[in-house]
Amino acid sequence: MAQHQVNYASSAGLPVVLTSIDKFVNWGRSNSLWPLTYGLACCAIEMMASGAARFDFDRFGTIFRASPRQADVMILAGTLSKKHAEFTRRLYDQMAEPKWVISMGSCANTGGMFNTYATVQGVDRIVPVDIYLPGCAPRPETLQYALMMLQKKIRRESANMKKNTKQNLRLI
Amino acid sequence: MRKYTPKDNVQKKSYYTDRFYISPRVPRSEVENPGHFADVVNALKKLIQESYVELNQLIIHIKSTDNIKVLEILKEKCGYTVCSELSAVDYLARDGEFEIFYQMLNMNKASRVRVLTRIKKDEAIESIVPMFKMANFAEREMYDMFGIVANNHPYLKRILMPEDWVGYPLLKTYPLQGDEAASWYEVDKIFGTEYRDVIGPENRDPAKIDRYDTKRFSRVGHEVSFGEDISDGEQEKDIEYSKTFLVDYTTSQKQLDKRK
Repeated sequence: MAQHQVNYASSAGLPVVLTSIDKFVNWGRSNSLWPLTYGLACCAIEMMASGAARFDFDRFGTIFRASPRQADVMILAGTLSKKHAEFTRRLYDQMAEPKWVISMGSCANTGGMFNTYATVQGVDRIVPVDIYLPGCAPRPETLQYALMMLQKKIRRESANMKKNTKQNLRLI
Repeated sequence: MRKYTPKDNVQKKSYYTDRFYISPRVPRSEVENPGHFADVVNALKKLIQESYVELNQLIIHIKSTDNIKVLEILKEKCGYTVCSELSAVDYLARDGEFEIFYQMLNMNKASRVRVLTRIKKDEAIESIVPMFKMANFAEREMYDMFGIVANNHPYLKRILMPEDWVGYPLLKTYPLQGDEAASWYEVDKIFGTEYRDVIGPENRDPAKIDRYDTKRFSRVGHEVSFGEDISDGEQEKDIEYSKTFLVDYTTSQKQLDKRK
């Protein structure tokens, strides 16, 4: 008889984890947030820095993807011009559900200092935004924090995205 | 009576104007004779309407129909082989005209000549693309920003703004924050005109506070629950937190004496 055999009766039972579908699915979703490689202006430099070795997005399971078909998160990093708005919306539409949007920096949030005819005054006019990240430009730590906030938000959500659409009043 | 403000220049806004202010002018001098610029002026002769020197640059005024001739002489005979810049200035409000300038550079003499010409609002100018390839983009930009058409341009279309953009943004009559078409451009393009009501107008005021927006603005002293609709009147509430701190001096006059 093997002496090392575990006696489940005396050692807190079988190695079983009980969870809900919501928690299990959101555990997976929140820990593999793949953003789209998509930079609009100077905020994109900070976004690249966040992805690189020093700040290292990979340890959150966040890996930039070059195709919107593979991406879950769209980080709108920079000034969105009116000419480009159409393409941004098209990229957002090409991403598969579930998808989230981080609006990075003052320009993406409100148009920022570009209070002019050619700039979209806040990207929430064309895509539904989950996290607004202030700063000009936000430091990589700030973007990391925004991503962690998004993870928190996802863990709170229902695994059924249809429910979320109604609850969170996602625009459009 | 209210002071009249010109409506054709909507960008003009004077916060403070000094009555005795004289705007500084660049000193202007005659063309030195003999000299390189005098040779240039002699080569062009009758095509020049006016010529003078500012900041070591020769400036010549010509007729808009002569622009090809003048630039050809400058390029072939005077050595001005580079056209470094070309655009227009909107003087429509003052003179009813555009001023078009060609900035020419002579690489051997290290000297510059600015060729100025004026056209009326609906006139076109002859394209200089056959002579200077740089004019291709520069004239497209001039068309994009001012609506000035360059005749015989190989590919005259907007260069910076989208092709279906309404208006010419660098005109003085064009508002900085955009006209009606500009403010709805992305909404119309992506969602269609019927979505204007859903998305709403742009917020151009960064300090805007909406009294009835209970989602984004807290109401200190009159707290309501998140997202509550208070558009048809707010409930009068006492300021809860302040009751313990506020001392009513109207009823008890000897408050300060008690402390002694």
